[in-house]
Amino acid sequence: MTRVQMIGVSKRYPGRGANAAPVVAVDDVTIDVASGEIHAIIGYSGAGKSTLLRLVNGLEHASDGRILVGDDEITSLRESKLREVRGRIGMIFQQFNLFHSKRVAKNVEYPLVVAGVPAAERKRRVAELLEFVGLSEKTNAFTDQLSGGQKQRVGIARALATNPGVLLADEATSALDPQTSREVLSLLKRVNAEFGITIILITHEMEVVREIADRVTVMDGGSAVEQGDVFDVFSDPQSQTTKRFVATALPTEPRAERLDELRERHRGRLISLTFRDGDVDQPVVFRTLAERGVGVSIVHGGITDVGGRSFGKLTLELIGDDLKVEHAIAALAQETALEVLA
Amino acid sequence: MDNLIELISNGKFIEATIQTLTYVVIAMGLGGVLGLVLGVLLTVTRQGGVLQSRGVYVVLNFLVNFFRPIPFVILIAAIQPLARVVVGTGIGDRALIFVLTFAATFGIARLVEQNLLTVPPGVIEASRAMGAGPWRTILTVLIPEGLGPVVLGYTFAFIAVVDMTAMAGVIGGGGLGNLALQYGYRQFNPWVTWAAVLLIIIIVQIVQLLGNVIARKLLRR
Repeated sequence: MTRVQMIGVSKRYPGRGANAAPVVAVDDVTIDVASGEIHAIIGYSGAGKSTLLRLVNGLEHASDGRILVGDDEITSLRESKLREVRGRIGMIFQQFNLFHSKRVAKNVEYPLVVAGVPAAERKRRVAELLEFVGLSEKTNAFTDQLSGGQKQRVGIARALATNPGVLLADEATSALDPQTSREVLSLLKRVNAEFGITIILITHEMEVVREIADRVTVMDGGSAVEQGDVFDVFSDPQSQTTKRFVATALPTEPRAERLDELRERHRGRLISLTFRDGDVDQPVVFRTLAERGVGVSIVHGGITDVGGRSFGKLTLELIGDDLKVEHAIAALAQETALEVLA
Repeated sequence: MDNLIELISNGKFIEATIQTLTYVVIAMGLGGVLGLVLGVLLTVTRQGGVLQSRGVYVVLNFLVNFFRPIPFVILIAAIQPLARVVVGTGIGDRALIFVLTFAATFGIARLVEQNLLTVPPGVIEASRAMGAGPWRTILTVLIPEGLGPVVLGYTFAFIAVVDMTAMAGVIGGGGLGNLALQYGYRQFNPWVTWAAVLLIIIIVQIVQLLGNVIARKLLRR
């Protein structure tokens, strides 16, 4: 149960060459992650999200701004105190970063040894953790005998060993296939639900955000360009970056080329409707059209789940007498926001 | 041929074999430890290492680069005064072992460094993220993770040291190399030379085999 606050955080690296300007990796980012929240930071590679994550547990030091993890102010701690705090912040990695020279149990035990936990207690805890991630039978295996998904589960068990209040996930599913990726995400969901651990995860995949995050920060060029509830941000994207991400995973209005194709094939009027968590009643839409004697076919888009709420964009072809179609569009406009495409 | 049989029966060959093994084992023991320490320091003090320190790295790196390329036979002569200070004599077995250890240390340092650099930085980062300090990370993660290739490096170094012992005669040392030169080459008796070579090959093969087995176990391949 830990709140994480990043307040006006920046990270600059010295530029290469004598008079080179410093490289700004993270630029004045403020994120307040509530206790028990799953917060996703999404961005393309080079957006600064990896660096930002490493500022949270002090693997790198912020150039400006403050970071608080619970009551500990990371940005003002000495290295020795920082080490102690890191024991209360779990971290998992894209490449898992397990110790190949150690067996599974020894990997999970490692943070407990670092924390000075007595041997008997360590043994009990390791068994408990491997049970939780469903890998009890792999206790004595070496890590190179595990599949990618199993490796990440060991990584999660290891990160949870010291009962941290926060878990940092650095592209934790990017190296996994879609099926395994979903399994790992649902494990993270369980970690969050059962232990109330705050999770900060960085990713470049919309699917990950959609699947498990409560809130999201979109990063671009080191800055946080958009932030809020996953549903709010993705159902009504403001920045170009967010729009591009949304287009990768959510139903959208047809792009220009696609619209030309649709016009070729469909002679009727094309309109686009946005369905946001039931604010437009689909039956009402279709009844309105039917009552006015207008035929409908759905030609583009769909309905999907975002942050546990439904979101959709449908492009409809309206078929019928021009006047009837005009009236139907006017009537629909009373009910909902619509856009006439053609 | 008669000469060879005589050298075998009067124990010269056995004595030389034992001498070679003694030189190599002591030099590898001492140089192995010192080289490990130096190699680890080179690895961790370089840019991005867990104990990053530009000053220390530059100095150590310079020392290694300075001493490593000196041909062994020249090194024997060059550091003879140092041998007199450290082991009390400039000739004989003790001086030879001193120079061997000296050369092995710098050679092994570079081998250790090269092999430890193959340990993925992510693994080191994971250790740091779990709250481990630099020394704990070095001793319980960096070295164990890099041990497989490091063992192969040591095998390579062992053979290089066997090679160096052939120069023992220059300062009055013995061993198989010296035997081959003194009784084989200088007395026009190739049988003796070939017999010494055969023994050296056997020693090298056994060590190589041993190194491979240990490394394979550590790498689990």
